[in-house]
Amino acid sequence: MIKTVASVGLPVDEVLEIKKNRIKPDTKIEGKKKRISIVTGIHGDELEGQFVCFEIIRRIREEKDKLTGIVDIYPAMNPLGIDSITRGIPGFDLDMNRLFPGNGDGDMTEYLASQIVKDVEGSDACIDIHASNIYLTEIPQIRINEQHKEQLIPLAMKTNVDFIWVHGASTVLESTFAHSLNSRGVPTLVVEMGVGMRITKAYCNQLVDGIFNLMREMGIWQGETITPRKPIISQNPDDVSYLNASVSGIFVPNVKHWEHLKKGDQIGSIIDPLRGEVLDQILSPVDGILFTIREYPVVDEGSLMGRLLRDEALKV
Amino acid sequence: MKKKIIYEIKALYRDNFRITGYEFGSGKKSVCVVGSIRGNEIQQLYTCSQLVKRLKKLEEEGKLVKGHKILVIPSINPYSMNIKKRFWSTDNTDINRMFPGYNLGETTQRIAAGVFEVIKDYQYGMQFASFYMPGNFTPHIRMMKAGYENVELAKEFGMPYVVLRNTRPYDTTTLNYNWQIWETNAFSIYTTTTAEVDKESAGTAIRSILNFLSKEGIVDYCGHEGYISRVVEDTDMVPVRTRVAGIFESEVKVGDEVLKGQLLARVIDPYEGEVSETLIAPIDGIVFFQHNDPLTYADTAVFKLMKGR
Repeated sequence: MIKTVASVGLPVDEVLEIKKNRIKPDTKIEGKKKRISIVTGIHGDELEGQFVCFEIIRRIREEKDKLTGIVDIYPAMNPLGIDSITRGIPGFDLDMNRLFPGNGDGDMTEYLASQIVKDVEGSDACIDIHASNIYLTEIPQIRINEQHKEQLIPLAMKTNVDFIWVHGASTVLESTFAHSLNSRGVPTLVVEMGVGMRITKAYCNQLVDGIFNLMREMGIWQGETITPRKPIISQNPDDVSYLNASVSGIFVPNVKHWEHLKKGDQIGSIIDPLRGEVLDQILSPVDGILFTIREYPVVDEGSLMGRLLRDEALKV
Repeated sequence: MKKKIIYEIKALYRDNFRITGYEFGSGKKSVCVVGSIRGNEIQQLYTCSQLVKRLKKLEEEGKLVKGHKILVIPSINPYSMNIKKRFWSTDNTDINRMFPGYNLGETTQRIAAGVFEVIKDYQYGMQFASFYMPGNFTPHIRMMKAGYENVELAKEFGMPYVVLRNTRPYDTTTLNYNWQIWETNAFSIYTTTTAEVDKESAGTAIRSILNFLSKEGIVDYCGHEGYISRVVEDTDMVPVRTRVAGIFESEVKVGDEVLKGQLLARVIDPYEGEVSETLIAPIDGIVFFQHNDPLTYADTAVFKLMKGR
């Protein structure tokens, strides 16, 4: 059942509507049904979640009799952004994920944020699917604010991701969708995977397998599910080594994503096409696994080219 | 006056990214003034340029008090200004959400760190700021209630208003907030416009800064004394919101006194020209903020009215 979560008139002959699809069992289920919300598209340039939403609905339809709870699919929190290839909310140049929990009496953007929170509130779990940005490709991972780790790590373990990254609390992140929901008692997992403006079907299917597994554990799905892969969990900030460009230029990688590297291995180069020169050779600073790799070749001094998870973290 | 490069990044094809500062006097780091941080802050850039011109003249006339250093940075982000983009030219990040910065981090974190390293030890920090919504303001000094704000000092500018507002989560990465944490007395100065030059409010801002510097014994300036500032909380202002979207047609301008029941604006149907909504002043007050885009969304605070005393 398609439902409009929030609606607001735009200046010229258009209504902005945020919609969801609520999928319920066809037959009556005794007792209170559990509910999971799948949310994506807060950033209009992150599209991996689009296929995840489609695939969840497709698989449920194939075995509808196995559904014993409620699945709410919110594929486009920022519909104007998705349809205009804009990361933020077009017209406002605002990052929607810095507006939560919003304000029902506030401006349009705050109103939309508040309606979304209101609608998702009451879910037994929520998955907020992001796709990095247009610059970096990420291995399927879940990012957890350390404030909520006790509750969220066990849930994240069921979602078939490769990596769980517990990060420090930051005041800025208090205005994110996930923080607002977690603070309101809705366990919300933030998935980062793939890259902006693209769909990586293998990652999407991996996550969908995991979401069905989580749904089974929650009593929402009675069908067959996979045994989730065991993710690497990093809780120590020193586990992660960042590769930032030392000079501006064109970054050309020599390695594959999720590749294990030894200290000193060549990751890539930064080149100057005008002069035909190599400006910098990027060597691995540690022994570790490359879980983030730059997709977009142009780099400024400081641009992130990759992140490595040190071997020490893998041994834990 | 000494012109200095505060921070520089070598680019691949563009000219180097440079942040340029103008230093007046020498000695104690007394005052730092920052102009535009975002690419659309033309008024903020213009105001700074006029301040540089004015300080240069005062210095030539020997009117800068010895022992004080004044640093003016007209733009922290010339790259975005030159391509008419509001945020950072490549990744669209906002430098004013990156303070205090990180010198080993991403580009805008490095820029913030590079600038902050130079400007963090000043006694007074002033930033020509802009609002995220399109609109004009009555000139004022804005301060965040971060626990370090000194309202009495803010009154020394002689601006019509000093506005206090509560901090929000994103504020913790702004220049103003971090200046305060590093024990600089920080003030955000709002003139009327952002993307257009408004000479009158730029002049008001420059006079207010010179008033302040004069009262603090940093310059010998004898100009217009300015106003006895009224201190108000941001929450004391009364927003007037649109119910519907359409073409916005205002009947008043910032600074106008309005009476309860007075027509403030109309929202016009963009196809049929009929009036979809009339916006009426809910109180007697002064127009403190006014939306200045010809189109408006629904539920938008197109006016903020300051209550009469």
